[in-house]
Amino acid sequence: MNVLYFAWVRERIGLPRETVQSSARTVNELVDELRAREERYAAAFEDLSALRVAVDQELADFDTSLDGVREVAFFPPMTGG
Amino acid sequence: MRVSVQSDPFDLGREVADFATARADMGAIVTFTGVVRDLPDDPLEVMEIEHYPGMTEAALTEMTARAVERFALGDALVIHRHGKLKPGEMIMMVATAAPHRKDAFEAAEFLMDYLKSRAPFWKREITAQGSTWVAAKDEDEEALDRWS
Repeated sequence: MNVLYFAWVRERIGLPRETVQSSARTVNELVDELRAREERYAAAFEDLSALRVAVDQELADFDTSLDGVREVAFFPPMTGG
Repeated sequence: MRVSVQSDPFDLGREVADFATARADMGAIVTFTGVVRDLPDDPLEVMEIEHYPGMTEAALTEMTARAVERFALGDALVIHRHGKLKPGEMIMMVATAAPHRKDAFEAAEFLMDYLKSRAPFWKREITAQGSTWVAAKDEDEEALDRWS
C-alpha cells in the first residue's frame, strides 16, 4: 500500500511517500512495523496522540482495519483556515 | 457551491461581488477572509501551507455540502491557498448565502471551525530565526463541540 507523510512527520522520516509491503491488519499494526524499521520512524511515531491518520483519504482511528486499503497517510493535527 | 484549493492568489472583491449577485432570492451574504499575519517579535518571511492533494478537495467539498444542508444555504464558496505566502497575503475565504443573516453567519462559523481542524492543511512559519510548524490549538478542537 502507499503510505504518505505530511508536515513534520514527512520531515522526520525524510520522505513524502513510499510503497510499503505489510501484513498489518490495522493502522496500529502498521505503525508498529514502521517503528521497528529505523530510528527516524520511531521518532516520528513516538507520540501517537500528536498524530492523525487518514485511510484512503478519510480521517480514521489508529484501530481502523487495513483490509482492502490502498493509501494510508500520517500527519500532525491540521492547521487550516 | 464551489470549492477551490489553489496556489494562485484570488481577487477578493471580484469573488464576493460575483457570489453576492448570483441569486436574487438570498437576502444575506457573509464572507470571511483569512490573511497571513506578521509576527511582531520575529518578522515573518514566508508562511508555507502544505496540503494533501485529493483529500483536501474532498474534505472541503464534504464540509461545505454539510454546511449547505444544515443551514439551508442557497450557496457557499470556499477558496483555500497552498504554497508560499507573504505577510498580508490572503490565505483563504469562505462565503455563505442564505435568505436570512443568522443562517449565513452560523454557516460561515461552522465552515471556519471545521476548516481549522478537519481540512488537511499544515502551516509553517519561516523567519530569520528558522522555521516552525504552527501547532493546532485546543480551542480550535473545542470549537467543533458546539456543532455536534
